[in-house]
Amino acid sequence: MRIVFEKRESVSRRAMVLVPIVSFVVSLIFGAILLAVSGANPFVTYAAMAKGAFGSWYGITETLVKAIPLMLTGLAVSVAFRMRFWNIGAEGQLTLGGVAAAGVALYWSQGLPGWTVLPLALLMGIIAGAVWSGVPALLKAYLKVDETLTTLMLNYVAILYAEHLIYVAWRAPGYNSGTAKFPESAWLPQIAGRANFGLIFAVLLALLLWFVFKYTRWGFELKIIGENQTAARYLGIDIARNIVLALLLSGALSGLAGACEVLGLSRRLQQGLSVGYGYTAIIVAWMSQLNPIVILFVAILMAALLVGGDQIQMKMRLPASVGLVLQGMILIPMLAGTIFTEYRIRIVRHEGTMLTEKKHD
Amino acid sequence: MIEFFALLTQILTTTLRAGTSLIYATVGEIYTERSGILNLGLEGMMLTGAVTAFATVYHTKNLWLGVLVATLVGMLMATIHAFLTVTMRANQVVSGLSITLFGRGLASFLGERLGPASNGGSLVGMTGPRFSTIEIPGLSQLPVVGALFKQDILTYLLYILIPLATFYLYKTRNGLNLRAVGESPQTADAAGIDVPKTRYLYTILGGALVGFGGAHLSLAYVPGWTENITGGRGWIAIALVIFAMWNPARAVLGAILFGGINAVQFRLQASGTTIPAAYLNMLPYLTTILVLVVMTWWENLSHRIGAPAALGKAYMREEK
Repeated sequence: MRIVFEKRESVSRRAMVLVPIVSFVVSLIFGAILLAVSGANPFVTYAAMAKGAFGSWYGITETLVKAIPLMLTGLAVSVAFRMRFWNIGAEGQLTLGGVAAAGVALYWSQGLPGWTVLPLALLMGIIAGAVWSGVPALLKAYLKVDETLTTLMLNYVAILYAEHLIYVAWRAPGYNSGTAKFPESAWLPQIAGRANFGLIFAVLLALLLWFVFKYTRWGFELKIIGENQTAARYLGIDIARNIVLALLLSGALSGLAGACEVLGLSRRLQQGLSVGYGYTAIIVAWMSQLNPIVILFVAILMAALLVGGDQIQMKMRLPASVGLVLQGMILIPMLAGTIFTEYRIRIVRHEGTMLTEKKHD
Repeated sequence: MIEFFALLTQILTTTLRAGTSLIYATVGEIYTERSGILNLGLEGMMLTGAVTAFATVYHTKNLWLGVLVATLVGMLMATIHAFLTVTMRANQVVSGLSITLFGRGLASFLGERLGPASNGGSLVGMTGPRFSTIEIPGLSQLPVVGALFKQDILTYLLYILIPLATFYLYKTRNGLNLRAVGESPQTADAAGIDVPKTRYLYTILGGALVGFGGAHLSLAYVPGWTENITGGRGWIAIALVIFAMWNPARAVLGAILFGGINAVQFRLQASGTTIPAAYLNMLPYLTTILVLVVMTWWENLSHRIGAPAALGKAYMREEK
């Protein structure tokens, strides 16, 4: 008896929808086992998490607060992942975006007309993020240096730099850490609870990316590069140029996420700017199968796990990292299941005799 | 002059201590990659190995049991990676990333849950038995090379592991088969080597060594548990595999380079330099990028640096 994988002619739509949902359920089951073993009631815990994240207006807006950076970084990595460029540096790109926006708000705001401060701060955040992804992009495009490691290493560099500013160089007098509060001209408005204007940016950008991926030649080029580099070369697609362009866009989106965090939420640069959003973004993007619209919703789900985690920490004295475990667990069944979207599985008892056939059409 | 040698010996001692966990992880990843499987899950596996090792030792006071648990945890997580990439043919990069993300969450959860109730269940700040330094009488007094003989037992084990790992890879039948699978799975398959089995075996073996490296961090180097105890060592180890050109013996050089950077950082900080600590702490990460650039540039000049030809590619027998 052996198992035979048969390639489908086209990907199974039903499997594309079912696999992420089943994966989330599997992750919840695994989390329940872990909670039960460590002496906590999984049902009570999950109920408290759901209630914390969605059970009140405050909870919903707090979930949106965390969903905004996840949406933007999720979109960011999805642009790069589309061409199989493994940008795992969203964390550092977000951090540097926040740093640059804070720099504008703190040090350039005096000499400028009030209305220019906020757009300029956002713009500098976007540029800083793009620069930080541009370095690994250039190294990859023109020297073929592996991008997973360079993007990741630059996360540590960006975070150390931000910490240096927070604790030493930009520290406000009288504080142990963190800069002074920004002048009001640099504040990004909050639209629901503490959820800021970044939400609008995220939704608009998701729609824009959806359009670009689906209807433009550039979207098509990225897809071909991701699927088959040789074919892309035959079609005359400039791979190096596309790597750089896509990565500048990717970093810009993460930089915007960082800028929105500091300008719209903390309104000063302080410790805890990056709490792993750039890494969770990988889960968001992959679980959404790189679909920009789906990313918005998956980002809310992942944000709910974080807010739910914080809630059970406060109310039940359970570690907030339960949320992180559930997030981290999702991709594993998801990856195991992806095979069903591309292959049919048949179990063959004797050569040539089909026993069962699993179909997901 | 005597003072200079004393200083050099001291720096070398610290270098080796700091490099030990890196060498274990690098040798582990070399074996995994030699079979054609890229495992980016090292960071998550080291973290989980470190926390489970420390938790075990904290509760049982048995150091070797802690090492054993970390090794098993490493093997278990590597098995998940092997299952996803070999059996389910998932993308190796994404699978490895998911192992790291999972390990990060799990290690953090366990660190807050496996400690004593008096500390709110947290292991942070707890102390337990540790692998202490064993000075070999006589040899440890030698200038410079004495550094090799002022280490803990897990570092001493490396003196056996490295020659053994190198010999196995290059001089045994099994090592030849392993290299064949990573180089050309089709040929290996035709020659009667079980490709999936080989890939499982060496991914899991690699995981064992990575877990072992994690145990060294929490039981000897730090010792104890802090959130993010690895500080990117799992990722640096993956870069060191390239630096070592997939040769276990050369992994030592990479670990010495990075251990050396750590040692110099400590010395500079202790000497009260005016360079901000953050900039010094960036050194290992910037060096990693530099190493990658230089190695890739070298390869672009058509020098083969030894990457297994089938690295990162799923092998499908049915595909024609």
